[in-house]
Amino acid sequence: MKTGLASVDTNATPSDLALVTAIRSGDQGAMAALYDRFSSIVYSVALRVLQDTGAAEDVLQDIFMQLWRNPGAFDASRGNMAAWLAVITRHRAIDALRRRRPENDIEDVVVSVEPDMASDADRSRAMDKVRGALRTMPSSQRSALEMAYFEGLTHSEIADRTGEPLGTIKTRIRTGLLSLRKVLAA
Amino acid sequence: MTVHEQFADDLALYALGSLDGAERQALVRHLEDCSSCRRELELLRGDLGMLALTTAGPKPPARSRQRLMSAIANENRATSSRLPLAVATPAPPVRRRSWWPTLGWVAAAALVLLCVGLLRQNSTLQRNLASNRAQFEAQLNDQAKRLERTSEVVATLLDPEAATIELVAAGAKPQPHGKAIYQQRNRNLIFVASNLAPLPPERIYELWLFPANGGAPIAAGLFKPDARGSATVVDPPLPQGVEAKNFVVTLEPDSGSHESPRGTPVIVGLGAGE
Repeated sequence: MKTGLASVDTNATPSDLALVTAIRSGDQGAMAALYDRFSSIVYSVALRVLQDTGAAEDVLQDIFMQLWRNPGAFDASRGNMAAWLAVITRHRAIDALRRRRPENDIEDVVVSVEPDMASDADRSRAMDKVRGALRTMPSSQRSALEMAYFEGLTHSEIADRTGEPLGTIKTRIRTGLLSLRKVLAA
Repeated sequence: MTVHEQFADDLALYALGSLDGAERQALVRHLEDCSSCRRELELLRGDLGMLALTTAGPKPPARSRQRLMSAIANENRATSSRLPLAVATPAPPVRRRSWWPTLGWVAAAALVLLCVGLLRQNSTLQRNLASNRAQFEAQLNDQAKRLERTSEVVATLLDPEAATIELVAAGAKPQPHGKAIYQQRNRNLIFVASNLAPLPPERIYELWLFPANGGAPIAAGLFKPDARGSATVVDPPLPQGVEAKNFVVTLEPDSGSHESPRGTPVIVGLGAGE
């Protein structure tokens, strides 16, 4: 029995770009395949930020509906899809957390990731590296990074909460991100 | 290419979406002209993406997939080249059960019942209206027929060209004759006279109503007979509620007041007993 994946050869594990191309032609089967591939990432990021399963499901729905309506928003030449989805999901979740209107259109976000994460195995290896870097990172730096990224706190709010100078918080956030990049590049 | 150091920290904050105010505006202006800082921004976002990916682990519930596939199946996209959906069966969203949808169905059901009730009532009213209208139309038709017959009778009585033949005792000479039909309730009066003598110069006939209460005679119309001596008076202006005792026709001067009899009686009603 033929499935809706008429333009996607599931046995050959189509690339992210192949799925997006099929979605552009209205292939709902390709959309389902893309969801199966990335829904865990999107849901995990949203859940980490929002700390609420229902709200995370709303963001999950929102992100994939936007992708369905505007698959051209993702350009493979502009970034890795997993990282791109993670970034726009985090943005959307922070917006939901702060109960504000979305500040970024998904088309506006360009994400550049050096390591090749085309496969689940590639992604898994990259994640192991990042988690290792976080473990070895000074706790004050990791804490500032996580508060800024997952809690959506501004550097001023982090400075107020930790009692650290504003400049110190700014630098910790930046150096923390650079350390992750360095680990991945190694 | 190197990142401009003065914007280095702000680039990370901008990538996080936490830079605002004058610092944000200054950085945005700078990014428009600085490709190296734009590149660094993309890399920082990539770093943040990798940080986000460390959260991977929990999977969304199956209902989320059903919810999404149901939504996109119902989405009316501009693209017409749709392929059939075979990977998921559309199902209604089940997350966060709310009473609002239930209330919506209840309201919809109540509305349907109300509509059915109103339709039935409307049907009954229309049937009653149709029945009443049929009765009214039947009455109206009956009235119209009666009015038509009455009009024909009146028209015949008033038609000057109608053949009018007075029958009298054999061998007797026709005498002036009149008949007054008076309906006190509606103040309707029809008077028909025949065999009247031609009017002398400057004279006119006048009909009088003599009230039953003995009051003064009431003028009921001036008239002139035709060449055959016939004349009619129909519905002259009369006061309301006057019971008639008798009617009298007098020959009056053509000019002057006609509010009280001045001339001599020509024909007199038998009801007066006079």
